[in-house]
Amino acid sequence: MIGRVAARLGGAVFVLWAVASITFFAVRLIPGDPAQAVLGGPGSQASPEALAMVRNEYGFDQPVLVQYLAQLGRLATGDLGRSYALNQDVGPLVLSQLGGTLLLAVLALALAWLLALALAAWSTRGGTVAARVGSGLETVAAALPHFWLATSLIVVFSIWLGVFPPVSTGGATGLVLPVLTLAIPLAGFLGQIMRESLLLALESPFVLSARSRGESERGVLWTHALRHASLPAISLSGWAFGSLISGAVVVETIFARPGLGRTLLNAVTLRDVPMVIGVVMIVAVVYILMTLLTDAATRLADPRLRLS
Amino acid sequence: MSDLEVQAELSDRAARSSQPGRPRRIGAAEGVAGVLALFLVVAAAWPQLLAPGDPLGIDPLSAFQPPTLAHGFGTDESGRDIYTRILHGTQYSLLIGAAATAIGLGLGIVLGTLAGMLGRVVDFTVNRFLEVLFAFPGLLLALLIIVIYGPGVVTATIAVGLSTAPGYARIIRAQLISVRSTAFVEAATVLGRTRWQILLRHILPNTLAPLFVLATLGIGQAIVWAATLSYLGLGAEPPTAEWGAMLSAGRTYITSAWWMSFFPGLFIVLTIVTATVLGRSIDRRMRHA
Repeated sequence: MIGRVAARLGGAVFVLWAVASITFFAVRLIPGDPAQAVLGGPGSQASPEALAMVRNEYGFDQPVLVQYLAQLGRLATGDLGRSYALNQDVGPLVLSQLGGTLLLAVLALALAWLLALALAAWSTRGGTVAARVGSGLETVAAALPHFWLATSLIVVFSIWLGVFPPVSTGGATGLVLPVLTLAIPLAGFLGQIMRESLLLALESPFVLSARSRGESERGVLWTHALRHASLPAISLSGWAFGSLISGAVVVETIFARPGLGRTLLNAVTLRDVPMVIGVVMIVAVVYILMTLLTDAATRLADPRLRLS
Repeated sequence: MSDLEVQAELSDRAARSSQPGRPRRIGAAEGVAGVLALFLVVAAAWPQLLAPGDPLGIDPLSAFQPPTLAHGFGTDESGRDIYTRILHGTQYSLLIGAAATAIGLGLGIVLGTLAGMLGRVVDFTVNRFLEVLFAFPGLLLALLIIVIYGPGVVTATIAVGLSTAPGYARIIRAQLISVRSTAFVEAATVLGRTRWQILLRHILPNTLAPLFVLATLGIGQAIVWAATLSYLGLGAEPPTAEWGAMLSAGRTYITSAWWMSFFPGLFIVLTIVTATVLGRSIDRRMRHA
């Protein structure tokens, strides 16, 4: 047990080191002078003195290897560098944006699970027609691009009906449309996998034995079959979380919500390299933690895995 | 996991749970998807056939027209016909999607074959490398590439291709390994064929069909990602009639002209659903054939 945990943690540290190295050397590929980028790009016509000062301050005049080791040292102590565009430390800035995105992602993941479970439970009990309708709904839901779903929801619920605000104002009503935008496509994916494994579970020997013990149909569904059916969906949740973070880039931009996604897009547009790396590193950390958690959750839900 | 692997897993489960009895019958969903695919291909190859107008033709007097008989999908801020623009944009979206898929699949084949064929050390190294790439979920890898090489259609296409490559690589590796352990490969080994002869004569032909399914499933994803990048202003730019760019242009007028955003997005959804349904249908048929 302890050995397994240590191996997973070691793997996580390796991935982080590799992510840091890849991003460091990828940035070296950027054409042009990084000092120029700090001072606002080639259009800014910075003086040679200013460029020299920036080179010295950021260490661009050092050999690449020295810069690389210095970068790793800073990252190990949690220092993510300074944003070119905002001239602030990246670490605290990114951390302050993390909460909003995590809230969005967790709410969307929970809602997607609820929708998928409800649809799977309904469509497996309602005969062939319900199964077809359920499967069709899931396939279409999974195909909805976030940016189109978000604009369509805004048109219907904000502009025509006036129920929810089109821009997040900080209140709970402002969360409804962003969470729906992220949850609906995800529910499509989770629902497909759940319905399929629910059908398998309902035909399996353990359900037969539960029925023969006199368990009610409802009891069979909720306590036996759904637990079994949720296993593949739990193992998808790590992927789901990653796709939610990626979806947050679009959703936070459209709904003007503060968060990691919008920060990342702004930084990409301004080519603010340290900021992009900072966000990517934080996302990688969260993503790796999420994968470890998913692994643990699968073990909790599946007693067979705990025996081995 | 990557989006592609989730798609492949879903297709695999759907194929396994389908009845093997009557694989030849074409279902309603498959029929509709087939017709839509044909329509999209015609729209991409000969847009003039389905939409004779000029996609860039400005007519300021009929700007912001809601959908009417004259303009089925309405007009945009310069009076350009949305239907004409969408049909003429099909070629951009499909071409970008196909190019990105080709890049992802090509790299995936190289990495997957290296890992699946060259023994444990290479396999271990490639696997660790893929694991690292998977720590950039979804569009993050694409955004990282764009910040390095700058925005634009070509960069966006390459970025989408590169960020789908790890998914392809992992699936192809798994397929190679499963084909490698079949009886006919064992027989070829016993007969003294070299590793490369076996790869070319026995293993590759047996992984081509699943690759076709993968590419069909993957092209929908590539189109969405490319459109997303255009929507965010990092890919194709207006007035190009690329679907994501059209949605991006429509965003400014969302309060008054919903049709500017709705119809281009609808075509993206239709394209993805078509790709998914066709991919799964081919998958199922090949297994039961």
